[in-house]
Amino acid sequence: MAAERTSLAGTSGTEPTEGGRSPAAPAERTRELLPAIEPERTITDWGRSERIEGLLDRTLVDFLFRYWFRCEVEGIENVPAEGGVLLVSNHSGALPPDAAVIAKAIREEHSGTRPLHITVEHFFKGYPGFSALIPKIGCVPAHPANVHRLLHDERQLVLVFPEGRKGTEKTYNHRYQLRRFGRGGFVEAAARAEAKIVPVCVVGAEEAMPVFAQLNFVKRLTGLLYFPITPTFPWLGPLGMFTYLPAKFRIRFLEPIDTASLTMEPAPDTAMVQTVAQEVRARIQENLDEMVASRESVWFG
Amino acid sequence: MSVSEATAASTGEGAAAHRAKRVLVTGLSTYWGGRLAEALESRPEIEAIIGVDSSEPTRELERTEFVKVGNQHAVIEKIVRAAELDTVVDTRLVVDSMTTAPRLAHENNVIGTMNILAGCTGADSPVRKLVFKSSAHYYGCEQDDPGFFTEEMRRPHQPRTAIERDVVEAEESMSEFVQRRPDVAVTVLRCTNVLGSDMRTSFTRMLALPLVPMILGFDPRCEFVHDDDVVQALEHAVFKHMPGTYNVAADGVLALSEVIGLLGKRPIPILPPWGTGAFAAPLRRLGFRIPDEMVNQLRFGRGLDNRKLKAAGFRYGYTSREAVLKLGEHLRLDPVIRGHEPAYTYEREVEEFLRWSPHVRRERREMDEPLGL
Repeated sequence: MAAERTSLAGTSGTEPTEGGRSPAAPAERTRELLPAIEPERTITDWGRSERIEGLLDRTLVDFLFRYWFRCEVEGIENVPAEGGVLLVSNHSGALPPDAAVIAKAIREEHSGTRPLHITVEHFFKGYPGFSALIPKIGCVPAHPANVHRLLHDERQLVLVFPEGRKGTEKTYNHRYQLRRFGRGGFVEAAARAEAKIVPVCVVGAEEAMPVFAQLNFVKRLTGLLYFPITPTFPWLGPLGMFTYLPAKFRIRFLEPIDTASLTMEPAPDTAMVQTVAQEVRARIQENLDEMVASRESVWFG
Repeated sequence: MSVSEATAASTGEGAAAHRAKRVLVTGLSTYWGGRLAEALESRPEIEAIIGVDSSEPTRELERTEFVKVGNQHAVIEKIVRAAELDTVVDTRLVVDSMTTAPRLAHENNVIGTMNILAGCTGADSPVRKLVFKSSAHYYGCEQDDPGFFTEEMRRPHQPRTAIERDVVEAEESMSEFVQRRPDVAVTVLRCTNVLGSDMRTSFTRMLALPLVPMILGFDPRCEFVHDDDVVQALEHAVFKHMPGTYNVAADGVLALSEVIGLLGKRPIPILPPWGTGAFAAPLRRLGFRIPDEMVNQLRFGRGLDNRKLKAAGFRYGYTSREAVLKLGEHLRLDPVIRGHEPAYTYEREVEEFLRWSPHVRRERREMDEPLGL
């Protein structure tokens, strides 16, 4: 336990120098000691609500997935049936639809029943409405400790967008051009948790909500994360944030990348981490290019 | 809970495993001090229990001796040396700014802790073990918090409220003490929000309202711990060798709306999302009291990782959900039984008579047990 715990604190930028160190115990022990699931509850410890997620899934998400975006899924078999898995995807749209459709794709097509945890910005936790809703539908704040607990201790499926805000901020003329992949933190997180990385490519999201411009001064004025100009926002008011154009979606899950070869102890091998991050990014970009090139119509695929 | 022998794994600390025999409970008149003393009285391996506080005990205790002292370290040191106390349990920390005036709370939390530590610092002090009841306020509640705080994590921002500052300062003096006296095993227990039938905290007060207020647009994650579990955790720390910091929080993190549902009540999101603190101030005057340190908890919530304490052999009696259900039972029963229980008042003369008078038959208890002949 000590090894994972201290390394965990390392990722969050703090150093463990408390009075006592936890006694060394194997990773199995930390899993055994996880709180047992209480069957009477419909909300998980992360705040995920079966009821609300199910309701949204049966209505809005199902409609978007099936009829609006007509999602086509490839390579779902690349998502392992068990163990911690980190899905890494490209990101776009002011209120990105990609997370919802990836979650739906896994729910619909994957052989096992694995819930997907989506990492989101801390911003949402501080914003009324979003703060209450976002955890209910399976989102967790993107904190290294959260990702580690989910991947390593709970062995869950976690989706990250390493481009982060840089991805959703980008305007239409930069579509399908991946931004920088953070500082490779996602590779480090996966390696520490001994989780596999599955790159995911989503085509269609850029056209579903094209961003023509970002108004930075309005952003500062309103305190929002960003203030985009899209075909429907701000013209339709807040509703415009949820209005997508009916682009055809294609989701491709690429082959898993093993992170077992990366050395994380005592210190992460930064060069290797960067190399793997670059490789993941290159593979997503390559596949995106290929998918966009083979697409005949934005709307009909 | 098995408390056989302090055979905890060596943690590389200077302090050796030590069996508690003679215990000083500071803050005897607080809820926790009283409960702990009660629990320790039933343990025959504890030879002596001395309790100090500036006010009189609120619980009827049998063999605990009460000494009325404030936070004067010289007096505490004298008591510690005179009675050769090997274990000090500090239960005084005030964690709810609604129960105590801010100045008094600071005096108690920061200066009091400093003085008690000063009373145990002397090089030849008999103290070998120190248990400090701290609070999860150490971590605070912020937007960019992790979902589950582990003991190694520092709070990501400076403390915002008076109570949080106090807790952080008290823990700082505690870690200074650890450095100065490496031979003393120091256990710090960071307790999360406690629910219990005898407890009146800001949280239980809020949950007792017919309509439970929430901040509009927020549904924070709440974790609780039952008061019996806190007493047992303190007891566990007294009997086990477990230096270091431990989170005390029951299994399960609930959403506030879930908590309200479990209590069979309805939420009412009347607190505005912006300027909540400013809005809470006039409400306080109306008798609806939300302390400063609770505002951010109602907004962002907080979760603690409790696995370190479990790894130290502790088993919780209640999950967060069960603690809430227990509170629900109590809230329904409370109007029926309120005022029917006789309150205990400490009378020095009576207590002294019972303990020291030659006419009180004190041997009865020993007589019950078979004599070692």
